[in-house]
Amino acid sequence: MRWFWIDRFTEFVCGSHAVAVKSVSLSEGQMHDHFIGYPIMPNSLVTEGMAQAGGLLVSEQYGFGELVVLGKLAKAKFHTCVRPGETLTYRVKIDSVRDSGAAVTATAHVGDTLHAEALLFYARLGEETGDLFGARLFRPRDLRHWLSLVRVFEVGLKEDGSRMQERDYPLEETVTN
Amino acid sequence: MPSEEEIFEKVREALVDALGVDDDEVTPTATLQGDLDAESIDFLDIVFRLEKSFDIKIERGELFPEDILTDTEFVQEGRVNEAGIAKLRERMPFADLSKFEADPIVQNLGQQLTVQDMCNFVAHKLSA
Repeated sequence: MRWFWIDRFTEFVCGSHAVAVKSVSLSEGQMHDHFIGYPIMPNSLVTEGMAQAGGLLVSEQYGFGELVVLGKLAKAKFHTCVRPGETLTYRVKIDSVRDSGAAVTATAHVGDTLHAEALLFYARLGEETGDLFGARLFRPRDLRHWLSLVRVFEVGLKEDGSRMQERDYPLEETVTN
Repeated sequence: MPSEEEIFEKVREALVDALGVDDDEVTPTATLQGDLDAESIDFLDIVFRLEKSFDIKIERGELFPEDILTDTEFVQEGRVNEAGIAKLRERMPFADLSKFEADPIVQNLGQQLTVQDMCNFVAHKLSA
């Protein structure tokens, strides 16, 4: 099982905002016990979806070349229950980006109904991370695969409105440890 | 230019929201890391809230000059030398460094940063 909690992006504007969707299905494992007889999407996984959408948007700001991790969930509010057959729409917006990390505000809607709001902080771990842990924590080809799965390069736009190009990012495998 | 009280109230609000502490814990003499348990990621949160609240832009190293603390010209064997202290005084006119100067171990600087230092920092930025 892969830890993918967004299905695809429908908008991805570098340095600004992104919109991603996640369709919730009864066939997904997390729905079977949460809860028996009344399946609802766990809010922890809604948070993970918002964090993944925001994390990729932030990671782009560092050229998809460095490790960006969720450092802090400063605010999270949930308003409704999300049930099988419904589609979550995650909207993430970069509020602040700096050398050490970034702040992102996020919402989750089902249709027009607001389900969740969050304020997330991401920490940027620089190129020295590999040395620190003895190995790279993230392989460029895995990231490239993920970006492709969620269609970042199909919908992505750069700050100037031009299309994002995969070749502009260092996503080739160059290190094998 | 807001008054000292207005600055303190906004700084307190930012710290209460960012650190999940109670209003009465945020006193001028409280240290951010020692008394209020701020961790490194919290500083990103605090800076973000201060920027929004006061409509200012805080560049990296302005509040906490980590570049000085990692520069071997200014730090030897974990202690900031005289040139480093002079540089810190220049870069941190808003902070009371007297306690730090008595025992200038690098880690002590972050530990000793107080709420009042944050208020002074904001006043310094607003008057710039």
